[in-house]
Amino acid sequence: MDISTQLFEGKLICLAPIDHEKDPEIESKWTHDPDYLRMLSTKPARPLSPAQVKKKYEAVEKEMDESHSNFYFTIRAHPDERLVGFIKIYWVEWTNGNGFVELGIGDPNDRGHGYGSEALHLVLRYVFAELNLYRLSVVVPEYNQPALHLFTKAGFVEEVRRREALQRDGRYWDAIHLGLLREEWETQLKGT
Amino acid sequence: MKEHLFQGELVRLKMDNPEILAKAFSRWGRDSEYGRLLDGGARQLFSAKIIQSWIEKDFEEDQGQNFFFAIHTLEGDLLIGFVSLFGIDWNHGNTWVGIGLGEREYWGQGYGTDAMRAILRYAFTELNLHRVTLGVFEYNPRAIRSYEKAGFVHEGQVRKELLKDGQRWDVLEMGILREEWQKKMKGVSK
Amino acid sequence: MAASIFQGELVSLVREDPEIFAKNFSRWGRDSEFIRLLDNDPARLVSVRTAKQWFEKDLEKDTLDEAFFIIHTLETDQSVGFVGLGEISWNHGEAWVGIGIGERAYWGKGYGTDAMRIILWYAFTELNLHRVSLGVFEYNPRAIRSYEKAGFVHEGRNRKQVLRDGKRWDEVHMGVLRGEWEKIYECCK
Repeated sequence: MDISTQLFEGKLICLAPIDHEKDPEIESKWTHDPDYLRMLSTKPARPLSPAQVKKKYEAVEKEMDESHSNFYFTIRAHPDERLVGFIKIYWVEWTNGNGFVELGIGDPNDRGHGYGSEALHLVLRYVFAELNLYRLSVVVPEYNQPALHLFTKAGFVEEVRRREALQRDGRYWDAIHLGLLREEWETQLKGT
Repeated sequence: MKEHLFQGELVRLKMDNPEILAKAFSRWGRDSEYGRLLDGGARQLFSAKIIQSWIEKDFEEDQGQNFFFAIHTLEGDLLIGFVSLFGIDWNHGNTWVGIGLGEREYWGQGYGTDAMRAILRYAFTELNLHRVTLGVFEYNPRAIRSYEKAGFVHEGQVRKELLKDGQRWDVLEMGILREEWQKKMKGVSK
Repeated sequence: MAASIFQGELVSLVREDPEIFAKNFSRWGRDSEFIRLLDNDPARLVSVRTAKQWFEKDLEKDTLDEAFFIIHTLETDQSVGFVGLGEISWNHGEAWVGIGIGERAYWGKGYGTDAMRIILWYAFTELNLHRVSLGVFEYNPRAIRSYEKAGFVHEGRNRKQVLRDGKRWDEVHMGVLRGEWEKIYECCK
C-alpha cells in the first residue's frame, strides 16, 4: 500500500461524505426500524423525521470541523453510490492514540453482502495508517451477534464485559468492549 | 428482539417532519370536540406556522425526557394522531402518557387502543419504566373504555376540576404497573 | 429512612459554590501525579478562573444525567476531593462513577473508599440504578484496591489504552450490580 492507494474506495462500496439532500430521507427510514436502532445504540430507540436527521447531519459535520477528532463516513454501494450505511470514528484521544468505531448498515436487505466488512477494512487502514492511532475500540451489545462476528473476524479481541449494562425486552444483557491494536492489524494484513 | 417495537396491529409509531405534524395539528385543532376531549384548557385556534415553531423548539430542547410519536395507520400509512410519554421521573421509573386521534373517522375502532398498547410496550421494554399514568376527562367514556382495555386501572379522580358548558366534570386518573402489564401480556395469545 | 444519606464514617458529600471548588481544583491540578491517576486527557494546568467558568456552566446545565459532589472530612470539614456519577443511562439503569482525592495527605487512609460507599448508596437507593461502572488505570493499584473493597468486580481491560512516560498501560474496567451491592451492604449495616 502506498500514497496512491485510495483510502476511501473499495470493490463493493466507497466511503463518502454526507449528501444532505438525499440521505436524510433514507436514514429516516432506517430509524423507523427499531431493530436497527437497538443493534446500534443503547439510547432509547426512537424514529427520526428527515428534518431531524438533517439537523443531526449538520451537527455531525460541525463537530468534525471544529474538533478534528471525529470522522464520519457514509457507506455507499457501487455502482450508483446508493447510501447503505455509515461508519464513524469518535472519542479519539490523540495523546494516547486511541479511538472508538461505530458502524451500521441500515436496511436489513443490505446486510450480509460484505458492505460492512469492506467499510471496516477501509476504516482500519485509515485509523492505523492515516490517523496513526495505536488502538481502536468498539462497544457491542451482547445480543448483536452479527456485529460481534464482524469485528472478531476483523481481528478485534473481546476485552471487557460490562455485566447487565443493558435492559431490553424484559431482561438484562452485557455490553461487550472489543479492541484492536495496531500490531495485531499489521499482522493480519501481512497474513492476507 | 421479538416483535416490532414501533408497530401494533393497526398502527405504526413514526416521526414526521415538523411541517407535516404542524399542518395536521392545526387542522385537528379546528374540531373543538377533539380539542375538548384531549385538553382541559380553553380552546384556541393556532396556525400551522406557529405550531411548527413550537414543534421545532421542542425537538431542539429535547433532552430525552419526552418521547413523542406520530400515529400512522398500517394500511395506507395515514397520519391520524399522536401519542407521547412525558414528565418522565427516571429515578422512580414513572411516566405520563397522552394520546389523541385527530382524524374522527378512526375513533372507536381500536386504533387508539392499539397505539396505546404499542406505547406501553415501549415504556416497559425499551425505557424499562415501572408505571405509566394518564389523566382522562369524565366526559370521554370512549377513551376511558379504551384505556381499560389496554390495562389501565382506575386510581382516583380530581372532583369537578373542569367547567365546560356550564357543567362540572371530574378528571380521572388511571395507571398501569409494569407487573400488571407483564401479566396481561402473558395472558394474550399472539 | 436512614440518617443523612450523604454522610459516611470519615466523610460527607456536599455541594460547594463554583468559586470555592475552583480554588481547590486548580491547586490539586498542579499535582501531576493526581491528574495522571485521575484522567486520560493530557495533564494540564487550569487557572482558578477557567475552573470557575467550567463549574458555573455545569450548574447551568441542571441535568439529571449527572450527580456531582465535593468530599468533606467529617472531622475537620475540609474539602479533600470530589466524586460523581455521570453518563447516566436511565433506560438501562447504569451510571459511571469517578472519584478523586486531591489532598495527598488523605490518600490510602480510607477516605476514598468511604466516599465511594456513599455514592453507591446514592446510586442504588436514591437513583434506583441497576449497576455502576468505572474505569481505572492499571498504574493506580491503590484505587483498584479501594474499589474492590467497595464491592466492584473486575470485568476486563482495554489493553494498552493509555500512553504515558513512553509506556502503554491498560485501562481496567470494574462494575458492581445492585444485587451484589445489597449483599455487601447487608453484611456491613
